[in-house]
Amino acid sequence: MLGRGHKNKMAKHSVTTTINGDETEFNCDTHNTLMDVLRSELHMTGTKNGCGTGDCGACTVIMNGRSVNSCLVLGVEVDGAEIETVEGMAQGGTLHPLQQKFLDHAALQCGICTPGIITQAKAFLEKNPDPTETELRFGLAGNLCRCTGYDKIIRAVLDAAAEMRANK
Amino acid sequence: MAGLRYEAPNTVDAAIGLLSEVAGAKVLAGGTDLLVQIREEMIDPDLIVDIKRIDETRRIEITPDYVKIGAAMTGAELGENEELAAMWPGVIEAVELIGSWQVQGRATIGGNLCNASPAADSVPAIIASGAKIVVAGPQGVREIPAEEFPKAPGRTALEANEFVVSLVLPVPPKRSGDAYLRFIPRTEMDIAVVGAGVSVSLNEDGTCASARVALGAVAPTALLVKDAIDALLGSKLDDVTLEKLDKAARDACNPIDDKRGTIEYRTKVAGVLVRRTAAIAWERAQKQNG
Repeated sequence: MLGRGHKNKMAKHSVTTTINGDETEFNCDTHNTLMDVLRSELHMTGTKNGCGTGDCGACTVIMNGRSVNSCLVLGVEVDGAEIETVEGMAQGGTLHPLQQKFLDHAALQCGICTPGIITQAKAFLEKNPDPTETELRFGLAGNLCRCTGYDKIIRAVLDAAAEMRANK
Repeated sequence: MAGLRYEAPNTVDAAIGLLSEVAGAKVLAGGTDLLVQIREEMIDPDLIVDIKRIDETRRIEITPDYVKIGAAMTGAELGENEELAAMWPGVIEAVELIGSWQVQGRATIGGNLCNASPAADSVPAIIASGAKIVVAGPQGVREIPAEEFPKAPGRTALEANEFVVSLVLPVPPKRSGDAYLRFIPRTEMDIAVVGAGVSVSLNEDGTCASARVALGAVAPTALLVKDAIDALLGSKLDDVTLEKLDKAARDACNPIDDKRGTIEYRTKVAGVLVRRTAAIAWERAQKQNG
């Protein structure tokens, strides 16, 4: 929730969007960010609330094919948009290669940054399926992790990228 | 008290009407500055006017005479336009330095101008390009030279109820090049200690026919540096020219002391950075016979 919204009478909006392929309708107030809507209205808590100011990347989602910080998008702005979140990555019981490689490489500790990093890595690999380590580090520069020191994250994403290329 | 209103008009006139209707209404493009300001209670508007559904703000128009960039085009979108990147590589490299991938997906070129940070990365490059800022308001549409647009930290030449619709850049003549460099203590995700934008056009004999030099983060606003331009005109960027350019840049500086750099440091870096930026612009101009 941005600013003083909680003190005021709300201006309600009815929004229709597509989330992970499913048409979704929700109501929100102008002060609600996309992150607020996902977590509090739709109970999709895979998207994490980190800094709320676009610095940490924990709330990363993919909007119309581009990764964005969902804390810097108003809920009302996504009317007609296509949103992908971390919840859409696993297919049934099968994890996405990025998710599996994060487990294999122990690329997480507390896990708060993980959904944002995995989502950003997916968006990044769609544009650059065979990155150098340096390119990948720049690609993930908008995602902060306070536990792992990044090396395991980088190894996990590079390994997942190799597997995703092999499976194409 | 009513709640915070949100409107997303489809036309320039409708946007002006809304801005005129509610005092202190705020324009929303990418939101990467505006939403942070609302969250941190620096501002408390009653109306947000989202300009992204106005066609003129969301397109790139390249003609033989000019290049028009919609104010609400994002960094990621501009970076993917190869024709634009070939014409104005310095402008594009400046825009692409703004924030992370996620921020690039939202932050807009018009927003970077209107936020009016002295350290905004795109602004020196936009000034160096000779761009005009196309502004619409209740009195009609006017064009403001880019170097006259920022007025102070956080303040621009926009009058009440005006907003930026687009930026118009010239089509560079043959043998032209531009470049932008910024200095930061890290390699990514930081705010400029100094930013330098240079654009040049060369004569057939390799001397400088025209030039524009702009600096960011060394004064309350980005600056067009006239003495630096004079140093370049007619030259072949020899050592004497580089010395004059360096001195002109240092003389133009009026920076602050902060955790990113002292006054002395920023001033020295401005001279060095403008030399390097000019060298890149020159090299691009020499390759550009187009």
